[in-house]
Amino acid sequence: MKVSVRVNGVGHEHEVEPRTLLVHYLRDVVGLTGTNIGCDTSSCGACTVLIGGESVKSCTVLAVQADGADITTIEGLADGDRLHPVQEAFREHHALQCGYCTPGMVMAAVSLLAENPDPTEAEVREGLEGNLCRCTGYHNIVKAILAAARVPAESAAS
Amino acid sequence: MTVLGHEVRRREDPAFLTGAARFVADVAAEGAVHAVFVRSPAAHARVLSVDGTAARRSPGVVAVATAADLGLPGLAERPPPPQPRPELERPCLASGRARFVGEPLAVVVAGTAAAAEDAAELVAVDLEDLPAVVGPLAALEEGAPLLFPGHGSNVVGRIVTETGGDPIDGAEVVVRARFVIQRVAPAPLEGNAALAVPGRDGSLVVWASSQAPFRVRDAVCAALGKASDRVRVVAPAVGGGFGSKGGVYPEQVVVAALADRLGRPVRWTETRSENLVAMTHGRGQVQDVELGARRDGTILGLRARVVVDSGAYPWRGGIPARTSHLMATGPYRIPRLDLTTLLVATNTTPLGPYRGAGRPEATAMLERCMDLLAAELGMDPAEVRRRNLLDPAELPYRTPTGAFYDSGDYAGALEEALALAGYDGLRAEQDDRRRRGERRALGIGISCFVEVSGSGAEYGAARVESDGSITVLSGSSPHGQGHETTLAQVAASALGLPMDSVRVVHSDTAAVPRGVGTFGSRSGQLAGSAVQRAAETVLARARELAGDLLEASPEDVVQGDDGRFSVAGVPARSVSWAELAAAGAAGGDGGGLFSEVDFDQHDGTYPFGAHVAVVEVDTETGAAALRRLVAVDDCGVVVNPMIVAGQLHGGLAQGVAQALFEEMRYDTAGNPLTATLADYAFPSAADLPGWTLGEHVTPTPRNPLGAKGVGESGAVGATVAVQNAVVDALRPYGVTHLDLPLSPERVWTALQDAPPPR
Repeated sequence: MKVSVRVNGVGHEHEVEPRTLLVHYLRDVVGLTGTNIGCDTSSCGACTVLIGGESVKSCTVLAVQADGADITTIEGLADGDRLHPVQEAFREHHALQCGYCTPGMVMAAVSLLAENPDPTEAEVREGLEGNLCRCTGYHNIVKAILAAARVPAESAAS
Repeated sequence: MTVLGHEVRRREDPAFLTGAARFVADVAAEGAVHAVFVRSPAAHARVLSVDGTAARRSPGVVAVATAADLGLPGLAERPPPPQPRPELERPCLASGRARFVGEPLAVVVAGTAAAAEDAAELVAVDLEDLPAVVGPLAALEEGAPLLFPGHGSNVVGRIVTETGGDPIDGAEVVVRARFVIQRVAPAPLEGNAALAVPGRDGSLVVWASSQAPFRVRDAVCAALGKASDRVRVVAPAVGGGFGSKGGVYPEQVVVAALADRLGRPVRWTETRSENLVAMTHGRGQVQDVELGARRDGTILGLRARVVVDSGAYPWRGGIPARTSHLMATGPYRIPRLDLTTLLVATNTTPLGPYRGAGRPEATAMLERCMDLLAAELGMDPAEVRRRNLLDPAELPYRTPTGAFYDSGDYAGALEEALALAGYDGLRAEQDDRRRRGERRALGIGISCFVEVSGSGAEYGAARVESDGSITVLSGSSPHGQGHETTLAQVAASALGLPMDSVRVVHSDTAAVPRGVGTFGSRSGQLAGSAVQRAAETVLARARELAGDLLEASPEDVVQGDDGRFSVAGVPARSVSWAELAAAGAAGGDGGGLFSEVDFDQHDGTYPFGAHVAVVEVDTETGAAALRRLVAVDDCGVVVNPMIVAGQLHGGLAQGVAQALFEEMRYDTAGNPLTATLADYAFPSAADLPGWTLGEHVTPTPRNPLGAKGVGESGAVGATVAVQNAVVDALRPYGVTHLDLPLSPERVWTALQDAPPPR
């Protein structure tokens, strides 16, 4: 089946098997390997991307279901060399260690802050429930997201 | 200014934050085919036949291989016992007998992973079920089925320490208990993965998600009969390990063998459901304990039998068994010990080291005993501990099991943790709630611990390049610890250079001459000390060379803030590192400005600490919520406090996860019940609180940095602190012990069985 999407602002059109998951399409066909796979039950959130600005676990979507969608992956988040404020906050607050959950965690955080620009710690923790991290104990991830929320909106524009 | 001890931001991060980092599955390989393993669906069975005929005809299939097709040698036990025991080796692909659900029986290779999966279902496996041994005590039962009939027993390891005499002789108080420490899964976010790319000349490049690429290289070389310069192993970005990736997996060897035979790149990426049965599990012990003490709380002796569930092969299970045995007396003065540790084979996933690897189990055994003793004596749990902790003046200290503690202030860590937690106030709040009969019971749990870190040697080198920059080579192999940053801090600091001029090379057996890897909380102290020593030697040679060039004696050579060398009092004439590199290269010793060190501190270092957990237990639903965890961890001198805190956070979370949530469960036939992340209770941010860390620094005299390990200590102390807290909350209900995880169901059931509160 044919699928036509925009990924990080670039149009892509391919023939894919109907059973192809979006995450496999992004990794194996489009060649954007920043999005990781951490489970096979849609539990871990490592594959989180933005579709139309909202976070979606890309293992829960068939590539063909995303036809016509505007997708942002971790590779498309920074503005050239300038990191997105969430990326910047993750670095500043040591919110990543092995880095495997990081792309999905960052995308989930971007979406969370878009919905709730001034969350409490409890809201951040609840909002991240679908994204698992084994290294950080979440402490610094929560800290980074709260810090990113405090970045003035104008400098967050990307 | 030195960068040691500073919160330097990690140089690793930009690649991870932008998706540029490459994990094994991201490494491109033209023409790569995909391997999928056919795994045993039975816990214990005779393998009558494995037939790949139908699978070979499936579309896209390149090869189907069984044990007989590949003829690979087995994987021996680590650490090796005094005599090799070939009958207990782990086969790469099982034949004859399958010993756990998930054991690889065959492998299918196809053009795509999907085609390989489709074909794997067509491999006909004929099994004859055998009765399964599930759980460590079942292995010891009279007439239990034997996993290794040729060995004659399910006991595959035994360690005994007896100080002589009856350890509880003369005791005024004796506490006796059985503690069951459940199995958990390491579950790094990236599972196992390997990609093997053959060269034209019989060489191989193996990309592996590994904590120890040199071990993978040696195993592949041994299995394929290749010289070590024919096989290059690279661990690119590695998505966590926690000990589980510190050894060599059969799948890695099989993938390398297939690439070698097929002459084309072969890739294997473990799925999560595979990972939860194929990757080693951790913990898994049953401890029968007797602790004798005087009425004043002084411990006289400890007797225990610890049965460690090694799973289907001894292979890696001896590591946690040895370590829990070694650390059995913890930070306490326990003059008499009678301890037997048995390692037993069962029909479950093989055991291996997992964050703490024996230390959390040893700590749990003692710290549960301390609380039982305190309850028996009607003494505050903190006070019982104070009366038995070793004093700093007693260190260095040789324990009955042979551990040799270096330095510590165990009581100091406890007092700091109690103060940070506001212990007295918490006890007052607890009393108040109990008096008012509040539904939410408050529990306070303490754990004191000492652990062991940093065994063996590690390679480090420093080289001055022709442009004056520094290349550091390290034999350790990070998977989230930030070695590129930490080792650059060490080298830059030793050489008087900015961090930017230091490049750190690691995790590639072709780029680093030798090494061991990253596990056992060893890298900061061993790799760091190796780099420190190498850099110091390079600096000394640089001074000599500068002295030659400047016609002065090396003692008169000084280094400026810009890193350049000049003669004291004559700043106008100076030489750069680049000039020294050129001079060094021309010097004829061939190495130029280069030094390499295999640093070995001959004994471990012994990090320690104290944790205080505060929980609220809903006595109607049984739900236990962790309100606060205070952790005072002393890992000696800290190179990068930000990274050290991050290591502690992660360890604490894994420790708490074991206390409250996680368990790898099996049914009585040996079928895993928690083999997906939908079933296995891996906690999210919503399940955990933030962490409160103390600050306590006792340098070790055993290495030049004064550093001890930190990668595991969070997990060593946290589990039992939380366990003690929940039991403490339930004390008015007559609950004296609960095993883990402390699920609402378990707590609720205990409350139903309990008499009404006093």
